[in-house]
Amino acid sequence: MIKYFFRRLFTFVLSLALASIVIFSLVEIAPGDPASFMLGINAQPDTIAALRSELGLDQPKINRYFDWIGGMLTGDFGISYTYRTNVTEMVGDRLWVSLPLAIYALFLSTVIAIPTGIYAAAKRGKTGDFAVISATQLGIAIPNFWFAIILVGIFAIKLQWFSAGGFSGWKDGLFNGITSLTLPAIALALPQAAILSRVMRSALIETLGEDYIRTARAKGLSSSQTIWTHALRNALIPVLTIIGLQFSFLLAGAIIIEQVFYLPGLGRLVFQAITQRDLIVVESVVMLLVFAVILVNFIVDITYMLVDPRLRQDSI
Amino acid sequence: MKYHFKLLLSAGVIATSLGIQGAHAAKTSMTIALQLEPPHLDPTSAAAGAIDSVLYSNVFEGLTRFASDGAVIPGLAKSWEISEDGTEYIFHLNSAVTFHDGSTMDANDVKFSLDRARAEDSTNAQKALFSGIKNVEVLASDKVKVTLASPNGSFLFNMAWGDAVIVAPETIDDIKTNPVGTGAFKFSNWVQGDKIELLRNEEYWGKPAHLETATFKFISDPSAAFSAMMAQDIDAFAGFPAPENLAQFESDSRFQVLVGNTEGETILSTNNKMPPLDNVKVRKAIAHAIDRRAIIDGAMFGYGTPIGTHFAPHHPDYVDLKANSNYDPEISKKLLSEAGFSEGFTTTLKLPPPSYARRGGEIIASQLRAVGIETEISNLEWAQWLEEVFRGKDYGLTIVSHTEPMDIGIYARPEYYFQYDSSEFQAVIKALNVESNPQKRSDLLRKAQRIISEDYVNGYLFELAFPTVANAKIMGLWENAPTQATDLTDVKWAD
Repeated sequence: MIKYFFRRLFTFVLSLALASIVIFSLVEIAPGDPASFMLGINAQPDTIAALRSELGLDQPKINRYFDWIGGMLTGDFGISYTYRTNVTEMVGDRLWVSLPLAIYALFLSTVIAIPTGIYAAAKRGKTGDFAVISATQLGIAIPNFWFAIILVGIFAIKLQWFSAGGFSGWKDGLFNGITSLTLPAIALALPQAAILSRVMRSALIETLGEDYIRTARAKGLSSSQTIWTHALRNALIPVLTIIGLQFSFLLAGAIIIEQVFYLPGLGRLVFQAITQRDLIVVESVVMLLVFAVILVNFIVDITYMLVDPRLRQDSI
Repeated sequence: MKYHFKLLLSAGVIATSLGIQGAHAAKTSMTIALQLEPPHLDPTSAAAGAIDSVLYSNVFEGLTRFASDGAVIPGLAKSWEISEDGTEYIFHLNSAVTFHDGSTMDANDVKFSLDRARAEDSTNAQKALFSGIKNVEVLASDKVKVTLASPNGSFLFNMAWGDAVIVAPETIDDIKTNPVGTGAFKFSNWVQGDKIELLRNEEYWGKPAHLETATFKFISDPSAAFSAMMAQDIDAFAGFPAPENLAQFESDSRFQVLVGNTEGETILSTNNKMPPLDNVKVRKAIAHAIDRRAIIDGAMFGYGTPIGTHFAPHHPDYVDLKANSNYDPEISKKLLSEAGFSEGFTTTLKLPPPSYARRGGEIIASQLRAVGIETEISNLEWAQWLEEVFRGKDYGLTIVSHTEPMDIGIYARPEYYFQYDSSEFQAVIKALNVESNPQKRSDLLRKAQRIISEDYVNGYLFELAFPTVANAKIMGLWENAPTQATDLTDVKWAD
């Protein structure tokens, strides 16, 4: 168990170190200079040089890399070139939008997908199954930004139930915060739910073909009893894997949805930072997302053990 | 589970509807959207127009300022005297002007601001505006003398720019996140990525603002801009990014649409040193191959004024030179064969992100193809464009809107990215810079416009329009954009 833990830890640190080198080099190779961008087309060369030195961009790349890494180890992500505020604070503020949005969307996607997936598997080959398959096919085919625009058209412009975008902040109360995240969360959740529902369905169908299910049925359990007490738990492993992947995607991949709903989230921050060549923000946020993805994968690995006792045996 | 979700939704709906009612009851607040968010809040150390769009005239003021028609009028200086030789300006400041932190604005602040802008380590994006200043001297607390190295006919105009606003030494360290100015509104709060809030300055030295609070929201996506306006989440959108939707707003009685002019000359910038574009016949051929109307209709949905030179058409000194480059593909083909390119040639067309460039670029490429000129289109981000095209001069053609007011002087800089080097033109601009007689200035400006038009330095396309969509009940919004500003000092709700 301890050996296993240290092996995991070593891989964890190694992946982070490699990721930091890749991220830093890629961002630095990309053409475009933050100081020139900020000062625009009328700036004089001496002005640009003055700003470059103020931002520390005249330092050698290797020094800047180690400053960045050293800072991150102590929780200091540096100062944004353009915003001139602390990156840690900026990321923290944006996380208060992106994290709840990702959790909200994941929650919606799970509560929609798991029951429909189970239902479709139970009704395999019947009308109910066909309906779920068709709906999920549609859900996968529709891009989430298009779906978002449709939602805005109906619920914000026509019915005026929700605002068309923006985030009022948690300071104005939990309800206001949740309301402003509702349409974006639905837009993000439905395509994810469609995928998840299909995975749930096929995993359950596969499990239902196992010998122990036949045994369970043979000893007199009803079809639904078999599903709830024996099959479901075993079918959850692929579902959990997908949920883990989806969470990382929702955290980092909401860029387009954040644009459509003009939400001040992490995706929009990265997008802006890339156009403005705010290199330090790009590097730090991407690094943070890599960290989050690795962490989520780790947590998913742990959950496997909770779901599947065989894995618990093996790891001890 | 499902029941809880429903509960959550309905509670959310109630909360929003309450929110909407609250916003409508108070008619002294307004939410204005802009497409771009400022990177920081110091107008004196960045080129980003978004900073001025929020702060110019609202929070920060200069010695002089632009009126909505582009005229230069007194700002913090109530009057001035100019010496006979045009090198000394004595500014008389308005008395009783205080900064938002309560401290007095006096001649020392003016000296500090101007000296800071022209200092060696200055990061002012328009440092050239201040380069002619030799000395700034405090004569009294309300009197300051600026000495120029040589006369400069546009000095008062230069002092009206957002980059020349008056700042205080005590608050300069935090200006990027907490701007303290003298304007009719004071900065209240900035939720980065979302909004900036301004509050009325109750101690304002001039005519107080009507609005108590003003909130700027930032919506970059054109379809999101449309939805936010339609859902009435925002009261006005200055610089509305979806021209294709303007007609829909015009026909809706809830809204008003203002289409004003700007200082943005949109041009097909040409690398005058890159063969075969170094040949004036080739540049002339390109100019005649371009159908401006088709570009304005196709890329800008009809909004924009055709131009024939690098000058704003609403300016009194503008000369209509479109006839120099009327649309005539036959002339174009003839010129190309005269220049030895009867088989045509291939060049690059590098396009920055704005839709005028991306959409306009496609149209220009097809118009050029019709006369035998092939273009290799590449789409660049702004940072890439600055590095490759603007500084690297590695391009044949590009499309850019030059939004700085009265910027024809850039053609006198041979190292500028057009790489246009004409001693005749440079002499005209040199004379203009030291001329303060209005009639002679006007003559020189006209001459300058003619030279660049007849040398076919660039393809002159159109002057950008400035569309604003607003609630029909809002009064006092600026229709035009003589500088990048959203001046709210006279904006109010009609009863």
